[in-house]
Amino acid sequence: MKARLPQQQIPVAASLAVLLLLYGGGCALFPHFGSLRVLINLFGDNAFLGIAAVGTTFVILSGGIDLSVGSVVAFTGILVARLVAQGVAPPAALAIALLLGALFGGLMGLLIQAFDLPPFLVTLGGMFLARGLGFMVHAESIAITHPFYDGFIAQTLAIRVSSRLSIPFTAVCLVAVVAGATALARWTPFGRNVYALGSNEASARLMGLPVARTKVGVYALAGFLSALGGCVATFYMQSGNPASFVGLELDAIAAAVIGGTILRGGVGFIPGTLVGVLILGLIQTLITFQGDLNTWWTRIIIGALLFLFILLQEMISRFARRS
Amino acid sequence: MSLPVLEARGITKRFAGVTALDGVDFNARAGEVHALMGENGAGKSTLIKVLTGAYARDEGTVRVGGEPIAPRCTGDAEAAGIATVYQEVNLIPDLSVAENIGLGRQPLRWGCIHWRAVRDRARRALARLGLTLDVDQPLSTCSIAVQQLVAVARALDVSARVLILDEPTSSLDEREVGELFAVIRRLRADGMAIVLVTHFLDQVYAISDRITVLRNGRLVGEFAAADLPRLELVSHMLGRPCDELPAAGRAAASLPPPGAPLLAVRDFGRKNVLRPLDLHVHAGEVLGLAGLLGSGRTELARLLFGIDRPDCGEMKVAGHLTKIRSPGASLRLRFGFTPEDRKTQALLPNLSVRENLIVALQVRRGLWRRVPRAEQDQLTARFIQALGIKASGPEQAIKHLSGGNQQKVLLARWLATEPRLLILDEPTRGIDVGAQADLERLLAELRAQGLALIFISSEISELVRNSQRIIVLRDHAKVAELAGGEVEESTVMRAIADEGGAPPPHG
Repeated sequence: MKARLPQQQIPVAASLAVLLLLYGGGCALFPHFGSLRVLINLFGDNAFLGIAAVGTTFVILSGGIDLSVGSVVAFTGILVARLVAQGVAPPAALAIALLLGALFGGLMGLLIQAFDLPPFLVTLGGMFLARGLGFMVHAESIAITHPFYDGFIAQTLAIRVSSRLSIPFTAVCLVAVVAGATALARWTPFGRNVYALGSNEASARLMGLPVARTKVGVYALAGFLSALGGCVATFYMQSGNPASFVGLELDAIAAAVIGGTILRGGVGFIPGTLVGVLILGLIQTLITFQGDLNTWWTRIIIGALLFLFILLQEMISRFARRS
Repeated sequence: MSLPVLEARGITKRFAGVTALDGVDFNARAGEVHALMGENGAGKSTLIKVLTGAYARDEGTVRVGGEPIAPRCTGDAEAAGIATVYQEVNLIPDLSVAENIGLGRQPLRWGCIHWRAVRDRARRALARLGLTLDVDQPLSTCSIAVQQLVAVARALDVSARVLILDEPTSSLDEREVGELFAVIRRLRADGMAIVLVTHFLDQVYAISDRITVLRNGRLVGEFAAADLPRLELVSHMLGRPCDELPAAGRAAASLPPPGAPLLAVRDFGRKNVLRPLDLHVHAGEVLGLAGLLGSGRTELARLLFGIDRPDCGEMKVAGHLTKIRSPGASLRLRFGFTPEDRKTQALLPNLSVRENLIVALQVRRGLWRRVPRAEQDQLTARFIQALGIKASGPEQAIKHLSGGNQQKVLLARWLATEPRLLILDEPTRGIDVGAQADLERLLAELRAQGLALIFISSEISELVRNSQRIIVLRDHAKVAELAGGEVEESTVMRAIADEGGAPPPHG
């Protein structure tokens, strides 16, 4: 590999710098901010967002967009909760939810591909549909109480660090998904085809790449990861709620963009999305630690950061064009 | 004569009852460059698409190395040994050079892409063309010419025996064409059969061994390039005898235009863009601007039309001192300009022929005085007829017209404003020989009607045929002004090449 920093990695490096800056700032300002517990919680609390954002990143890389993420996460949550409440074994309920998620995404991809429809509108439709279906499953929040959840997921699968501290399974899921997705994007023909598709679809077609298969695959993958995010959310919240996670797709898009993925497609880096998610999470944590600030400050800071990163990307691409 | 590697016999292709190809034979032999020539609509692209599997043929056989093939997609054709490079670079700008060569056929190891093998393979594919590149750099950082060569490397990375180049040179400058041709010669020496589709006659003669001419979907003939005089080739393409060709109708270089010039500039220039120069053009005169790509021709045209502003010198229009501050001001002076890049700078692709045609007139009249629909229709009908614009009707979207017909509509756009001066930047680029002849005829007519014309072209023969005077630019400065008997290809070439310098490229 090269020693010099490739141009396309500059945004990722910049967001990594922001992440370290925020973390360092937090450590300097607040005692206990640098503790392992805060770090672990950062991963655990944001696991469902991170997993869904990885799916969003694939979609954006392919030149599309997915607005159905929040709805699918909520739908999955309420579906799993309802199924478990009705006596279905949790592993079976989770499997059904994952399958449905992949199917739902794949169907949206099929519509986009077969009729050449704009992804924005198709997934907007998907957003309303999944939200509505969630309320059809059950109109109110359902708590999940099952030995599988209380014992297996929360205790057995958690990694003990010390007697009072353990890494929750949700954090493990996040890291595993990011690692797997990074490999998928970098080391498989499917992953490379996603980049090619997002960079120039017409060329990808003429180069003989399987454009249709890739496009449907990307939305199926995003649907699957949204559903997985939903499953992980049930581990985290021990409940399902059809009204939850409104607007999560926008957090996911923000995380991807802050992580260096360019919205027009073709350029981006999966670990960058994890960095983006952690930045969003850190801002939240900082505001919680600070205590006086209204939580809406999170949104304001995220907004400012987004502007900053979009500007940075634009400047880099202009510089690249000139040289 | 070696045996053909690619042998197509009796290829017929129909589209909804229209026969696009009618029993065409075509051969490509190892170690030969075979040019496929014809006007737009002759069936060149249809034949190429049948060979590359983009279209399924209706009749006929195609054999590669004696084996019959029936490709149904570009992948099938590639597997059979037919590789294709298209006019526009069809690669992925954001990915690396290596990846562009390997995409879709990456070597795998343990189910993962073996990146080192991908890079090695790309280096080997480029080395075969005599190129050494940093294969890790993003493709977008390469020049268009290098991207084109990367496309060739990709096409050849499969065990190709036939390489089809579909108008590969249309966006390259002369030096880049030279680079591409060096690669083609190298491949020819290696025994590759090369099929070249191009509009440029010079290039055909510079590199081809054999020429096949198509006309109206039929085969006119296959000729050895050395035995086919240029004029005869053009007459085969047009299906007209030689004496009707525009080449015969050299513009009268005799008449010295009377009276004061319509447009005259002195010490006219702009820092870093154009060194100050003098220029004048009379009504009823065609002033040619010659020079290589990047010599400042387009920059001069933009300054004259007020798109960019000069920072020195003075301009007189019909004897009066004038400053043009914008294209709108030019329009009010009754000037017109058709830019070099028709697609992005002149066409309104989704609008109709009529809308494209009346837009300049409408701008001149202003926002509040709409050109009445009846007048629009009448103007459109008049120009469609007068210029011989081939469209299904005035309401057809202009993007569906051929390049030549688009150019005619753009010309009509300005003619509708009844201009005094027209600046035409490369009006014949990318249009077929027939439409070129039409445009040249039109130029002569407009001149006869008393228009002043500034004509920019890279084809020196075309400039010489149509201009009374020629200004030669080199490195953003005027280096010569030729009039009368000096308006000769050889003189222009010498001026461009600065006498004792490099000899003219394809003289």
